[in-house]
Amino acid sequence: MMKQQTLFQGKLTKQKDLFIPFIVAGDPHPDKTIQYALRLQEAGADVLELGVPYSDPLADGPVIQKAARRALDAGMSLRKAVEMVPELRKAGLNIPVVIFTYYNPVLQYGHEAFIDALEENGVEGLLIPDLPLEESEDLNERTKEKDIELISLVAPTSEERIKRIAEQARGFLYCVSSLGVTGERKEMAPETLSFIEKVKEHSSVPVAVGFGISSNDQVQLMRKHADGFIIGSKIVKLIESSLEVEKSGDEQEGLRHFSDEVNELVQA
Amino acid sequence: MLTSMPNHKGRYGDFGGKYVPETLMAPLEELESALDEAMQDEDFLKQYNEELKEYAGRPTPLTYADKLTKELGGAEIYLKREDLLHTGAHKLNNAIGQALLAKRMGKDKIIAETGAGQHGVASATVAAKLGLSCKVFMGEEDIRRQELNVFRMKLLGAEVISVSSGNGTLKDATNEAIRYWVANCEDHFYLIGSVVGPHPYPRMVRNFQRIIGDETKEQMTRDIDRIYACVGGGSNAIGMFYPFLEDEVELVGIEAAGKGVDTPEHAATLTKGTPGVIHGSLTYLMQDENGQIVEPYSISAGLDYPGIGPEHANLFKTKRVRYESITDDEALDAVKRMSRAEGIIPAIESAHAIAQAIKEAKEMSKDQAIVINVSGRGDKDMATLMEHFTEEGLQ
Ligand SMILES: Cc1ncc(COP(=O)(O)O)c(C=O)c1O
Repeated sequence: MMKQQTLFQGKLTKQKDLFIPFIVAGDPHPDKTIQYALRLQEAGADVLELGVPYSDPLADGPVIQKAARRALDAGMSLRKAVEMVPELRKAGLNIPVVIFTYYNPVLQYGHEAFIDALEENGVEGLLIPDLPLEESEDLNERTKEKDIELISLVAPTSEERIKRIAEQARGFLYCVSSLGVTGERKEMAPETLSFIEKVKEHSSVPVAVGFGISSNDQVQLMRKHADGFIIGSKIVKLIESSLEVEKSGDEQEGLRHFSDEVNELVQA
Repeated sequence: MLTSMPNHKGRYGDFGGKYVPETLMAPLEELESALDEAMQDEDFLKQYNEELKEYAGRPTPLTYADKLTKELGGAEIYLKREDLLHTGAHKLNNAIGQALLAKRMGKDKIIAETGAGQHGVASATVAAKLGLSCKVFMGEEDIRRQELNVFRMKLLGAEVISVSSGNGTLKDATNEAIRYWVANCEDHFYLIGSVVGPHPYPRMVRNFQRIIGDETKEQMTRDIDRIYACVGGGSNAIGMFYPFLEDEVELVGIEAAGKGVDTPEHAATLTKGTPGVIHGSLTYLMQDENGQIVEPYSISAGLDYPGIGPEHANLFKTKRVRYESITDDEALDAVKRMSRAEGIIPAIESAHAIAQAIKEAKEMSKDQAIVINVSGRGDKDMATLMEHFTEEGLQ
């Protein structure tokens, strides 16, 4: 018997070659986030990772740290980021949305109230980078009840943990390309490919690779070896440069610049 | 039983755990099994105890503060003299333990975070002694106010990395140390300086610091009524308290009230904070209603931290330990008073414990006795003290 599809799976139009961009909600302003999200969808994004800014993001490098600071200064919070999702839909965003947040804001929101809010606002997925398998039991149960995917991560150090994590993975499995925090990497380590292979052996959901992907060459490599690729810091950088263009031109020109750059980054 | 905590998941009651990126889960598991093996190994324990004795100068004395006792006219006051330990603070007990473990695990590169610079100095010291390389992450503001310790670390051969995010204090240094560790966990050992961080760090650091309380118990020739210790992350306090948890002794931890707990400028985590996750552990912390961490403040770099060890969170919740807070001004007064009464210049951190003890000792009867953990000496604080005590202030 076929397993019933989750909301997230139902919205995915393919199982391979998934382009998953990450942006920080409210960077530099909530209205802007909507514009960038739409442009990313136009450029072929299959899932949107909507990052919630956090004061002390342990898994993030300087680029996303700075974006988080800009967004926090603009008044963004977990609550507001979740409530932004219906506005994204209204503006025309159809792809599934995964809320990416550190755990402490979730804890303050309250597990039950938070998962209810995700459901009410039509969020399909949740990713918490500092909540490993061992600490995620309660949220795992609660998200399942509401048909929301709790996305898991595997890292190059995971080794014996890979099987355990991959077998219960939902939505897609986030494969951390290499040691370290988010940020561009000039080159992908050769071990990355064998690591991806190993993860794919155990995973029944698409395996998407993130951390460091910042060039078209790397995108091509991931197209070949993984089911998808996640781009964070590089997209945030493109937002920064589109804001620069905007300063000397107008808003549309900034957005056009952003689209061009994204298209170039992910072109086949 | 409080002494049997944490459980296998690293929980002290509701608190503790491992809230870290997946990349760090395997290194933490590796650390835990290496630690458990080492602590069962007679040779390892013998080496640790020998270094404490022959190198660090343990046992530290328990000094009867006769003049201060007389001046206050209340309980007898005893001082546990961690200020006399090599490098000038209790931090070395833990640094020796962890560095020996690092070596046993075959990791010859250590990283550390530091606030007051005492843990940085302790780490740089053992790194020199054991032939390890050492990188110390330190906030920009702390580099300014603990200049002397920065120079000591460099003289000892360590690399000091300046951290400018946040307020440039201990929280930010810890963030950056963790980020560096995530990128380099395969061959680096992260030597945490207090009973904070993900399991098994709080347990490990406590066990390397409990020597303070164990010695005190042995040295004390009469009953103790109360014990005082300052609390930043909480390592000197838990080291002192842990062996007494099942005894009939009142335990008092003192946090930094900065400019006052009713101002935004303090570091009184238990007095004013709420449960949350910081640096991989569920504990109390200073945060806003959206769960963003709030920047703390204290004149004392070692207490200027928005979190606290998870074991303290549980001792607070179960009311086994009473937590109080002391302002900058009260701590500075206590530095001066202890200097003049006993000829001991304490660290400003330790002076928080002294200030609370002074308040309470005079209300106690003459046949009672208290112990204050003097976690460190004041040499490192001379620049700060000179800013605050003008010539008139010293009259
Ligand atoms: C002398 C001294 N006491 C206390 C502390 C606070 O740390 P903990 O609460 O872990 O003992 C420090 C930290 O730098 C210190 O240098």
